[in-house]
Amino acid sequence: MSAIRGRVVARDGDDALVRTARGDVRVKHAGAAQPGDLVELEGAGLPLRRVRKYPRTEYPPRGSEVARLPPSRRGNLAARGRMMAALREFFASREFVEVDTPLVVPAPGLEVHLAAVPAGNGFLITSPEYQMKRLLAGGMERIYQVCKCFRAGEVGHHHQPEFTMLEWYRAWDDLDAIARDTEQLVAHVATAVNGRPQVTVQGKQLAVDGPWLRLTVAEAMYDHAKVAVRGDESVAELTEAVRAAGIDPGTARHWDDVFFTAFVERVEPALAAIDRPVLLADWPAPLAALARRKPGNPAVAERFEAYVGGVELANAFGELTDPIEQRARFEDDLGVRRARGLPQYPIDERFLAALGEGLPPSAGIALGVDRLAMLVLGARTIDEVVAFAAGEG
Amino acid sequence: MYDTSDIRKGLKVLLDGNPYTVVEFQFIKPGKGAAFTRTRFKNLLSGAVIERNIRSGEKLEPANVEERTMQYLYKEADDLVFMDDKSFEQVQVRAEMIGEAADLMKDNLPCTVLFFNERPVDVTLPTFVLLEVTASEPGVAGNTAAGNVTKAATVETGGSVQVPLFINIGDMIKIDTRTHEYVERVNKK
Repeated sequence: MSAIRGRVVARDGDDALVRTARGDVRVKHAGAAQPGDLVELEGAGLPLRRVRKYPRTEYPPRGSEVARLPPSRRGNLAARGRMMAALREFFASREFVEVDTPLVVPAPGLEVHLAAVPAGNGFLITSPEYQMKRLLAGGMERIYQVCKCFRAGEVGHHHQPEFTMLEWYRAWDDLDAIARDTEQLVAHVATAVNGRPQVTVQGKQLAVDGPWLRLTVAEAMYDHAKVAVRGDESVAELTEAVRAAGIDPGTARHWDDVFFTAFVERVEPALAAIDRPVLLADWPAPLAALARRKPGNPAVAERFEAYVGGVELANAFGELTDPIEQRARFEDDLGVRRARGLPQYPIDERFLAALGEGLPPSAGIALGVDRLAMLVLGARTIDEVVAFAAGEG
Repeated sequence: MYDTSDIRKGLKVLLDGNPYTVVEFQFIKPGKGAAFTRTRFKNLLSGAVIERNIRSGEKLEPANVEERTMQYLYKEADDLVFMDDKSFEQVQVRAEMIGEAADLMKDNLPCTVLFFNERPVDVTLPTFVLLEVTASEPGVAGNTAAGNVTKAATVETGGSVQVPLFINIGDMIKIDTRTHEYVERVNKK
């Protein structure tokens, strides 16, 4: 009888799991054989003795570090790969340049509700936006990037502390162009994977070909929460309006917290019930983030969020290009951070210097790629569409 | 006090003066906003389920509730008496708190008694009980065409249960205490 050759793929106590051309076998009393070793089975004078065939379903053995992906996960990763190919094809056909900016930066986003992860002498990015806008100031006109972003403490069905972001920017163009890109991109990748412009949310199918429903934040808040929001009211005034609508703002004392109490309770569930994607536009000025105020109505900002089946997919800005207002907003954010006992981060002076040298009128957007994959593949949780979920790295 | 990072299934909290247990929760975070935990709570007294969005930073008050395994001892007027196996402490619970299932309770049945602020407020029976049939008319063969596939039977605790026609006096049957329904015959005595 001739010997069978195999490679040890795992140790399980005294046993070894050996992969051979005829399948995986568990070998008892495997001596010193280590994972990676080539061994021979069933031969005179050989170190290992074949004991029994190992059924595929029992593999890997409990406690083993050998990973075998469930077929659904493998299928999702393959489909996600096709989606990414379609995504790059979309941007290439529109003459966007793919760029790659640093993941470790000295000054992460200052947004009050984001927590950056320290790395070396700096931080991992929470978004590549400062660096990408510096490229616009430097003369690039259409750029996109797919990269990892890191936000500490965010774990849920739609959140991972390390996730994949897509951002793209158009210099010398406006938010409407970004809105059209968004509609077309989602329809394009859904068609590439599913054969038609359709996604699945919580088991429900949704057509994503455009144009998507355009709603302003004021309309959505009034229609679904019965709260009138202008954007320039005081916290006290907004709190009163929220209470009058029968929503308990609890201990919320800040404008954004009061707003989101009503938004999360009434508006988000209503957006989930709309049978087409929604572009929710004209955000109140206190929620402008890095968007410029709307010419003609400074109470609201040039910002939209894309909601697909209630899933918040992307956030877009008509970019704030004024370095003085930008610095003032950074200082406000730092003041709020101090008041709430949150970590202080440095202000990104290179970014402000780039604005000072002249950022052309621009618009850009950040889109959650894992969430896009969830929609296209009909997954219910983000874990289903990533190679390794939070804590599995 | 608990904060949102303590929220997990089974956490007992006090909301508006009532004890609740967390049955489901989800992390949500609107763009540029604070994180919320969308949480479904079950009222431990009424069973009613409510949903609340708890903002990160908000506090939840722990409810002073305790679950204890206690043995059913006997009935006294409208009360049922239970005893803690370890401390031998006894408590009296109004029979109406248990409802219909009270007539399936045999002496020494281990139950879960829920205490809120040291007072018993709810009793959960084991999901299934095994009881002997003490009275039932014999099944009439051939009478199934009219749809009479079950008949009434009385079990040793005095409760009445609909059972299949083949069940006889002396049979041990398994009953679901949540629905008061026959599940299966366990063995012949």
